[in-house]
Amino acid sequence: MTAAAGGNPLVEGLERLPVGPTTLTIFGATGDLARRKLLPALYNLAHDGALPERFNLIGVSRGDESHDAYRAMAREAICRFSRRRPDPKVLDALLENVRYVAGTFGEAETYARLGELLAEFDEVDGVPLNRAFYLSTSPAFFPVIVEQLGAHGLARHDHAEVRVIIEKPFGTNGREARELNRRVLSVFEEPQVFRIDHYLGKETVQNVMAFRFANGLFEPIWNRNYIDRVEITAAEDVGIGTRAGYYDAAGALRDLVQNHLLQLLCLLCMEPPVRFQADEVRDEKVKVLRAITPPAPEHTVRARYTAGTEGGEDVPGYLEEEGVPPDSQTETYAALRLEVDNWRWNGVPFYLRTGKRLARKVTEIAITLKPVPHLAFEQAGSVGVQPNQLVYTVQPNEGVSLSLGAKIPGTRMAIRPVQMEFLYGTAFMSQSPEAYERLITDAMRGDATLFTRNDEVEAQWRVIDPILDAWAAGEPPLDTYEAGSQGPDTASRIMDPGDRWRAI
Amino acid sequence: MTALVASDRTWFERDTTPAAIEAALRRLLVESRHGEHSGAIPARVLNLVTVVDRQWRGEIENRLERVGRYHASRTVLLAVEPRRTTIDARATVHVDAEPHPSGMTTAREHLVLDVGAEHVEHLATIVDPLVVTDLPTMLWAPHGHAEAIDELLPLAQVVLLDSVDEPDLEDALARARALARRAYVVDLAWLRSTPWRERIAGAFDPPAERARLATIAAVEVRHHPDSAVAGVLLLGWLCARLGWRPGALAARRDRALEGRARARRGEVRLVLRPAPEQPVRGLAGLTIETGDGTVLRLDRGEGGLRAERVTRRGGRRTWTVLGASRGEPGILGEGIRQALLRDPTYRPALDAAAEMVA
Repeated sequence: MTAAAGGNPLVEGLERLPVGPTTLTIFGATGDLARRKLLPALYNLAHDGALPERFNLIGVSRGDESHDAYRAMAREAICRFSRRRPDPKVLDALLENVRYVAGTFGEAETYARLGELLAEFDEVDGVPLNRAFYLSTSPAFFPVIVEQLGAHGLARHDHAEVRVIIEKPFGTNGREARELNRRVLSVFEEPQVFRIDHYLGKETVQNVMAFRFANGLFEPIWNRNYIDRVEITAAEDVGIGTRAGYYDAAGALRDLVQNHLLQLLCLLCMEPPVRFQADEVRDEKVKVLRAITPPAPEHTVRARYTAGTEGGEDVPGYLEEEGVPPDSQTETYAALRLEVDNWRWNGVPFYLRTGKRLARKVTEIAITLKPVPHLAFEQAGSVGVQPNQLVYTVQPNEGVSLSLGAKIPGTRMAIRPVQMEFLYGTAFMSQSPEAYERLITDAMRGDATLFTRNDEVEAQWRVIDPILDAWAAGEPPLDTYEAGSQGPDTASRIMDPGDRWRAI
Repeated sequence: MTALVASDRTWFERDTTPAAIEAALRRLLVESRHGEHSGAIPARVLNLVTVVDRQWRGEIENRLERVGRYHASRTVLLAVEPRRTTIDARATVHVDAEPHPSGMTTAREHLVLDVGAEHVEHLATIVDPLVVTDLPTMLWAPHGHAEAIDELLPLAQVVLLDSVDEPDLEDALARARALARRAYVVDLAWLRSTPWRERIAGAFDPPAERARLATIAAVEVRHHPDSAVAGVLLLGWLCARLGWRPGALAARRDRALEGRARARRGEVRLVLRPAPEQPVRGLAGLTIETGDGTVLRLDRGEGGLRAERVTRRGGRRTWTVLGASRGEPGILGEGIRQALLRDPTYRPALDAAAEMVA
């Protein structure tokens, strides 16, 4: 055989690696996430032939549904939210192996019935199937479900793998995250646990690593000697919609900064891993998080939107949104100035910001290089020489652009910035799979590279906790910004002299 | 799915030259950026150079139009007409109506040149100015035109072929091997076997099953009567991946081909059986028997592959391996996409297949 001893010689050259036979159980199976994302993702994996050769799905939720009623709901959700029109034959075949367990998550009987169904699937398929439990519920149920799974002997399965996939948020502060880790890890081993940060499943986020580590051009300048500052922005033009209940308890800092923006910062700052393997990548990310000193309150900004105009339409302020308490102190905008105190990045400011109801939707990393040390050209009559800026856009126009100084045609040596632009959409034929398709497959295969490890989550909260404490004490005060704007005017307060935010 | 086209800008000229075509295309691209779809950006992924018989040009254009999102960014279609002495050309810039989620739209270029047989020996000088420099170039000649492929190979890195088009099994493999020595080959016959290869790999992937790989005693591949080459490539893949030394296949009375391969633990019986009931090109099914008497059978079915496992003691399990049929347009689209990838297992499989039919 041509493969290493013990390996599967048949997988070489295959784009899709095999996934072991699995029964996937979704807790919160009738919820919004399941309907909009998980069920359509499973259909698309089925369509592409990317599910395990034997695959069963069990939905667990409180609603008193029959198997058939749940299948009908799943069919409707898939037809409505799938990125492609379902093939009826594939959809029928997928739904054939779908079952439903009605019950509350704290009730022992729910798990007894679940255990019976899991055993039935094993019996029908004639092999012990891997089991994956997807916790797509309110975070309050995460420890309850995990402990019930343990109590009913469902955290282990002879001759097969058992994995648990936990949705965000993983705690609302460091203490809760540590406690949740403790309770989860009292039932499961860390390699069995897959904490979702769906940002990591996005192709363009993974491309940050490809861009850094597959191009020799950037590494020599990727440090404090050449990089002046970094801005990471996740701006949304929409409000909170119908998510007031969740959002008002979370706020912008917990919703996006604690997980997504810190992940982007890690990918940008980490040292090259020796191999692209789960623990090697995550070890490097944890080192970055540990090198961050939590920012002082004066290096943070919090604000909420007031009524304004978005796309020519009048929109209400946050306090006028349906379901938001009138005395809410929740921020819809957060900005931080961080430093990564290590050899590579010492002294480079990292500005992170996120907000709802901003001027437009964009997620990007902007890296500004230091200016040239001496300029022989006259600046009069032009906008002048600007430092080079490398902008990595995660969404919506995925790509990379580099601003360069170029001579304006004419008799004088006048310079202006020009853009060298690369757009992913023009360079690849493939449609990116949804993040959840990638993450579900990886979890079923046991590949944790794109999932957050326990120490990583805790290291994220170590940065965020002091900010939450300061904000709870009113430091700095909650500011406001007009919906549809660039954010609060005070956002520039955290910037070093001479720095200013890029326009959103 | 056929891509929707929001707007086409077209130029046509009789008795033209490559320089005039290239200049016209540049003009069209500038106009498309400043016209109705000012945000349209030319895609820059792949040049596809296709050589076809003039009388079948429309059919090939239809096939190319139906590959969904896997359009080459620039297609140069050369339609050869035996007695033609001049070049007529049409250049079209298509702007896709279905914008990227960001609102960005991409444009792709489609050139059709009617050329004469006399042009074929100088085809490289006609095509060279028309492909985008630095992009990979793929060649495809679905109606043969081996001389045109030979002439254009120095311009290209990838050759697309469908070995199933060649009726003689030995000739099909010989042609593919000859091309594979000079360029990277994407063979649609090979891509037809991809789901089957994935499923065989998956069936033997659990550690408990992997040990059985060394005990495989017989493999039968069933195929559309025109697709024996897809079947023999699958057998070649198993031989190459599992270290079997294949022997020659011999014809049986029932029109199947049968042979043996030498594996470390003994011989493996290999059978290639036509399946006249199979309505479309490609594979119809396969059966793998292992030394302990377990039989794994995969056949095309509703919504995927129908799988059956029978043990020596008569235990029988059946299930469906989910997956949608790609259809012929999907296979061609996949072939175009594969121009950007490299599969290291095709050539060893091809070499092993060639040994079986030698």
